[in-house]
This record gives sequence, structure tokens and C-alpha cells, in this order.
Amino acid sequence: MLPLVLSYLPAQGGYVPPTIDDAHPPDIIPWMAEYGTGFGKQMVMIVLSIILIWAFFGIAMRKPSLVPGRVQWVAESGYAFVRNGIGRDIIGEKNFRQWVPLLFATFFFVLLNNLFGAIPVLQLPSFSHSGAAYALAIIMYIIWIGVGLRHHGIKYFKLAVVPKGVPGWILPLLVPLEIISNFIVRPLTHSLRLMATMLAGHMIIMLAGSGADYLITQTDSIFNAGLGIMVIIGSVALYFLELLIMVLQAFVFTLLTSLYIQGAIAAND
Amino acid sequence: MINSMMIMAAAEAEEQANPLIPNIWEIVVTSVGFLVLMFIVIKFIVPAMEKSYVERRDAIEGGLERAQAAQAEAAQLKNNYEQLLQEARTEASQIREQARIEAAQIVAEARQNASAEASRISEQASVQIAAERQQAVSALRTEVGTLATSLASKIVGEALNDDARSQRVVDRFLADLEQEQASTTSAGATE
Repeated sequence: MLPLVLSYLPAQGGYVPPTIDDAHPPDIIPWMAEYGTGFGKQMVMIVLSIILIWAFFGIAMRKPSLVPGRVQWVAESGYAFVRNGIGRDIIGEKNFRQWVPLLFATFFFVLLNNLFGAIPVLQLPSFSHSGAAYALAIIMYIIWIGVGLRHHGIKYFKLAVVPKGVPGWILPLLVPLEIISNFIVRPLTHSLRLMATMLAGHMIIMLAGSGADYLITQTDSIFNAGLGIMVIIGSVALYFLELLIMVLQAFVFTLLTSLYIQGAIAAND
Repeated sequence: MINSMMIMAAAEAEEQANPLIPNIWEIVVTSVGFLVLMFIVIKFIVPAMEKSYVERRDAIEGGLERAQAAQAEAAQLKNNYEQLLQEARTEASQIREQARIEAAQIVAEARQNASAEASRISEQASVQIAAERQQAVSALRTEVGTLATSLASKIVGEALNDDARSQRVVDRFLADLEQEQASTTSAGATE
């Protein structure tokens, strides 16, 4: 319904829908510089997320008691969720311990940066910018290939691309597919899944906001103002859907990271 | 829905940024930021979490162990107490038995002592009686000698041919003697 309305509007007046460029606000240092030339809002939020994670878990665990208080309980539950729910369950009892810090950092880093998209004023999920998503996916890519090499030596590349128990004649077809799927597509999907969902959510909220704004303030028709109010009501539902997606994508990103690491460790099984 | 969006997007295609092309500085900042976060997590957060986890587990397990130890100790104490009680009972009955034996012994001893004393006393009495008798006999003997002598001198002093007189002297002597003896015996009886 929303696009339907919007597609008619340009004929009547001057509605300009938000574009990707609107997800790229001007840089902060130097102030209001063109996007991409300085230190931008997205970077500020990356730094902010690090400080917030450090502060929250630091304060929660400053004076740990055997019977945890509310804050400590929340912190420990979050930690236990990543440690046991993702790390131990996916990587396995034997090897998961050394990966807990990575998974923990990944989950809360992505989660917090995603949730920034739902907080007014901040209102920009850091990972809706592809650079951030690429950066994290590249780090994970290097890590899981490194894990494979450490566990299996150079033979790891063979183990990773030659599936076991497959008739020999199909290998010429299967091996290139495995190479593409494991070493080229995997980091792309790992990063783009996160980036696309965050960008889409961000765009939808921008579109709803600017559309409602236009309908209510820039047109004279009562009908359009009513539509604008409906858009706002609808956008509340979208907002909660976005919240769900933000948490889910942080979980998915971390889960995939642990799956890749587990796959690299157990490449010879 | 998607179509209309794409039409609008296509209209402004030239001036729009491609969302797939990254801002290099965002890659740098995100990477460095994540590495800094990793450092913080490895250095501070995970150790604190694991420490708290281990401490809690220790506290719970330690508590259970302590409770078990306390229970064992209580059982041990109860055991000891019961043992002591048993010993005390045994000892008490032993003491009672001992006392009974001792009492019997004391009674027997006292009885023996009493009879010994009695026999001693009676023996002493008989010895004393014998001694007094001896004394009486010897005293009598001396007196009898003196009396015999005085009688003889009396007989000799009188006319020996006068039979009647001599007969009277003898009779008088005997009467004297009897009188003397009677007074001696009565004196011994009153003693």
C-alpha cells in the first residue's frame, strides 16, 4: 500500500523518496564533510559500541558476587548464552573454550551495532554499511581458514573441497562447486546477509518516516493525512519486526562463524 | 512493491551510491575496532566471567562437601558420645559391683575383728583369773604355813600330855582356819 501511494505522489507534488545516499550521513570529523572523506557517524557508533560493551560487562563484573545481582545476572546470562548456546553446542565440548572470546565479542559487537538502528538519534545500524560487514566477514574468513590450516596443515584445502564418499566421476563437477561455495560465496553471503538485512530495515524505517512526514505535512488532503497516520501505526509494527531481525542477524552471524570454525576443525570427519 | 521501488531507484541511478561498494575507512575502523574489542574481551571480560563461574561452582560444590563433612563429623561425635555413654554405664555397674564386694569384705572383716577382740578379751580374763588364783594360792600357802607354825607352837607351849586340852587347841585352830578361809573367799568374790 505504501509504495502504491508513493508511486502516485510524484505526479501530484514533490515527494522524493529516501535513497541509499540518505543512509550515508555526512561525516562528523571534519564536521558535515562529504560522506567517505572523514570520520563518519558509522565509525563513531563502532567506537561507541566497543565502549558500551566494555562498560556494561566491566561494571557488571566489577564486584562479582556468588549470588548475582540483576546487572550481573543479565551479563552472565548473555555470556552463558554465547558460551554454551553457540560455542559449546556448535564447536563441541573439546575445542570450544578458546573460541568463546571471539564468539562473545562477535555476538555483542554485531548485536549492539544492529540495535543502534532502533535507537532514535543514533538510528543507523553500523552494519548497513557494507564496509563494516565486509570487515567482520574478512576477519572470520581469515580465522576459519587459519584454524583449518592449523589443524590439518596444507591438506586442509583438499579436505575442504573434496567431499568424502562421492563417486570419482562426479568430482570434476563437485570440486569447483565446493571451491566457489566454500571460499568465494561463503564470505560474501556471511557479510551481505547482515548488511542487506540491516540496510533494508533502515531503508524501510526511513521510507516510512519520510513518507508519513510528507503525507501529513506536505499535502492538503485529509485523506493523505489519514494515510500518513496509518503509515506511522504500520511503522511501529515494522519497528518491532526490525528489532527481531537485528537480534536474529547478530545471532545468525555468530552462529555461522562458529559453524565455519567447527567445519574447519572437523574437516577430516 | 519491489518494482515501483526499483523504478524510482533507477530514475536516480547515476547519482546513487552502490551499497555494495564499501567505504574503505569503515572497513579499517570496524576491523580495528573489533580487534580492540577482542583484546578487551580476552583480557578483561572472559576471565572475569570464567572466574565468577568457577567460583560459583566451587562454592556450591564446596558447600555440599562441607555439609557432608559436617554430617560425617556429627555422626562421628554421636558415635563417640554413645560409646562414652556405654563405657560410663559399664563403669558404673563395675563400681557398684566393686562396692558390693567391698561392703561384704568390710562386714566380714569387722565380724572377724569383733570375734578376735572377744576371744582376746576372754583370754585376757582367764589369764587374769588364773593369775589371781595363783596369787590366792600362794597367799594361802604362806598363811597356812604361818598358821601351822603358830598352831604347832601353841600345841608345844601347852601341856602335851593333857589330851583334852590338845583336842581343844586343834578344834580352835580348825575353827580359826575355816573362819579365815571364809573371809578370804568372800573378799575374792567381792573383788
